[in-house]
Amino acid sequence: MATVELKGVRKVYGGSVEAVKGVDISIADKAMCVLVGPSGCGKSTLLRMIAGLESITHGTIDIDGRVVNEVGPAERDIAMVFQNYALYPHMKVYDNMAYGLRNRGMKKDEIDARVKRAAETLELSALLDRRPRELSGGQRQRVAMGRAIVRNPKVFLFDEPLSNLDAKLRGQMRVEIKNLQRSLEVTSVYVTHDQLEAMTLADQLVVMNGGLVEQVGKPLDIYEKPASTFVASFIGAPPMNLLGGNGGKTGAPLTVADLSDLGVSVPPGTTTLGIRPEDIEQGDYAGEGLKTQLTVEAVEPVGAESFLHGKAGTHRLVVRVPGRSIAEPGAVLPIFAPRAKLHFFDANGKRVEG
Amino acid sequence: MSPRVTFPNKFLPYLLVAPQLAITLVFFYWPASQAIYQSTLREDPFGLDSAFVGLDNFRRVLSDPNYLNSIQVTVIFSVATAVLAMAVAMFLAVMADKVIRGKGFYRTLMIWPYAVAPAIAGMLWLFMFNPSMGTFAYMLRSAGIYWDPLLNGPQAMLLVIVAAAWKQISYNFLFFVAGLQAIPKTLVEAAAIDGAGETKRFWTIIFPLLAPTTFFLLVINTTYAFFDTFGIIHAVTGGGPGKATETLVYKVYNDGFVNLILGESAAQSVILMVIVIALTAVQFRYVEKKVHYG
Ligand SMILES: Nc1ncnc2c1ncn2[C@@H]1O[C@H](COP(=O)(O)OP(=O)(O)O)[C@@H](O)[C@H]1O
Ligand SMILES: [Mg+2]
Repeated sequence: MATVELKGVRKVYGGSVEAVKGVDISIADKAMCVLVGPSGCGKSTLLRMIAGLESITHGTIDIDGRVVNEVGPAERDIAMVFQNYALYPHMKVYDNMAYGLRNRGMKKDEIDARVKRAAETLELSALLDRRPRELSGGQRQRVAMGRAIVRNPKVFLFDEPLSNLDAKLRGQMRVEIKNLQRSLEVTSVYVTHDQLEAMTLADQLVVMNGGLVEQVGKPLDIYEKPASTFVASFIGAPPMNLLGGNGGKTGAPLTVADLSDLGVSVPPGTTTLGIRPEDIEQGDYAGEGLKTQLTVEAVEPVGAESFLHGKAGTHRLVVRVPGRSIAEPGAVLPIFAPRAKLHFFDANGKRVEG
Repeated sequence: MSPRVTFPNKFLPYLLVAPQLAITLVFFYWPASQAIYQSTLREDPFGLDSAFVGLDNFRRVLSDPNYLNSIQVTVIFSVATAVLAMAVAMFLAVMADKVIRGKGFYRTLMIWPYAVAPAIAGMLWLFMFNPSMGTFAYMLRSAGIYWDPLLNGPQAMLLVIVAAAWKQISYNFLFFVAGLQAIPKTLVEAAAIDGAGETKRFWTIIFPLLAPTTFFLLVINTTYAFFDTFGIIHAVTGGGPGKATETLVYKVYNDGFVNLILGESAAQSVILMVIVIALTAVQFRYVEKKVHYG
């Protein structure tokens, strides 16, 4: 039951490395806020500042209406799940979960009740007497979760908690974390570099790049209206096709010749045209939009869908086709995308409406 | 699996291990067997003749009150030296782990004392605490402490313990620093979030996780205190005053080379040898069981 408020937060390491360059985020009570961005963009640093493990160079962090800049990690009433789980290797699962409660001087019966309840929720009851090294990766992950939930904290912090698991388990745990967070109604901050995890878990998605926030919003809003070319290429897989001049090679702006190649008109100031692979259709189109010919170079069938890689004039494009594709490399297909599905960006990479 | 290298020549493998075997034979098995042989003999007072006496030397040694005193001295000295050297080294290593700037420089300085030879280290401490001219002895005396390790047994013991421990601190420090670095930082952070203060974190997380290192060092340090401190004791107290610092190793030397009671001295070396073997066996047994967590 808490809100988290970041105002002008900056972090400078050792006087020179600026890892976080001024971040404002406001997280609502009970919400799951996901910080997503490429490796090294400052996500972990930001999370560790919320946890109190890293000092705050500038700005304020506020948890549940209280500025916590000078408050130690133990007194912030938060729980954190680390990427490597950080389980105490010399303690049994039970003691791993009980440790934080004992340190807070809780009564034995109460500790026992809480640990047993958490173990039941996470299906760990049979494993309470084991040590971490006797557990599988997925089980360790659950213990780390258990250690967080027994404390019943105001805020959960997750730092890439699933990145050490295999793909199948990751998908499964993702759903469990979401359900757990929903049912416990604890405000959470979740850090990941995986856009799929980010999209599926977030109530509020924060896309970060180079120590700055690029965009904040609901996952689908961000997907539908990326604020910049960075967000456009980071959210969605395969990424949005970004078409610039000179075939996009030098980042030059689109020219009149490019636009006539693509059969499209753009709002003034546009230098880059964005189009998602799934928004491109095959065939002839009478309405306004992008209309061109795709020369197929490679076909990637992945079962439920196929991806055609090819060229339209000098521009590289990826097109998603549902099911199996009948196109072969070398084929030339008419393709189009309605104008409403197009995204326009200016010379600074910012979105242009039009 | 790579294929096994085989030598067509039957003789070559033996030739290759011969130097190692020769060294072991000459420097260990031969003296060891000589010691065992010697321990069953007794020389006449003039050293002209010797006679086989069986286990009589052992019987005499083990019933000699001086020998029992020496065992007690050794146990006190070894345990105190090991505990002091390890406690101080662990404290310094934990502190060094917190240093961020100049970490390498600080560690290098900490390691230097290890390069000092035991006898030199002993002399150093002897000078500093010499009752008539030592700087520290002077300071102790002006602080109202009657300091005279040349006459006072416990003070002499204290001095050799401190000198012996001082030399071993560097070595222990190195291992503790490595051991601390092997503990993931996130564990300490998780404990901090779990509400454990600094002292509590040390005793509940860091100390237990250092246990394999600590145990290894305990064995090494005890062995060191048992056997490698001869030089220090020889330089500082010469086993005195009145046998107050005469450890088992020092007694072997004293009885054998100074008093020339060769048979009994040899019997003492054999007993010492058994103690080393026992210590080593304990080490292997215990370390193998203990080190595997993490
Ligand atoms: N303790 C540190 N000292 C100096 N620089 C650091 C430290 N921790 C992280 N950084 C730097 O800060 C930047 C952000 O790191 P981090 O927050 O870990 O990124 P992310 O979690 O998004 O991958 C990186 O450039 C990294 O090198
Ligand atoms: Mg990170």
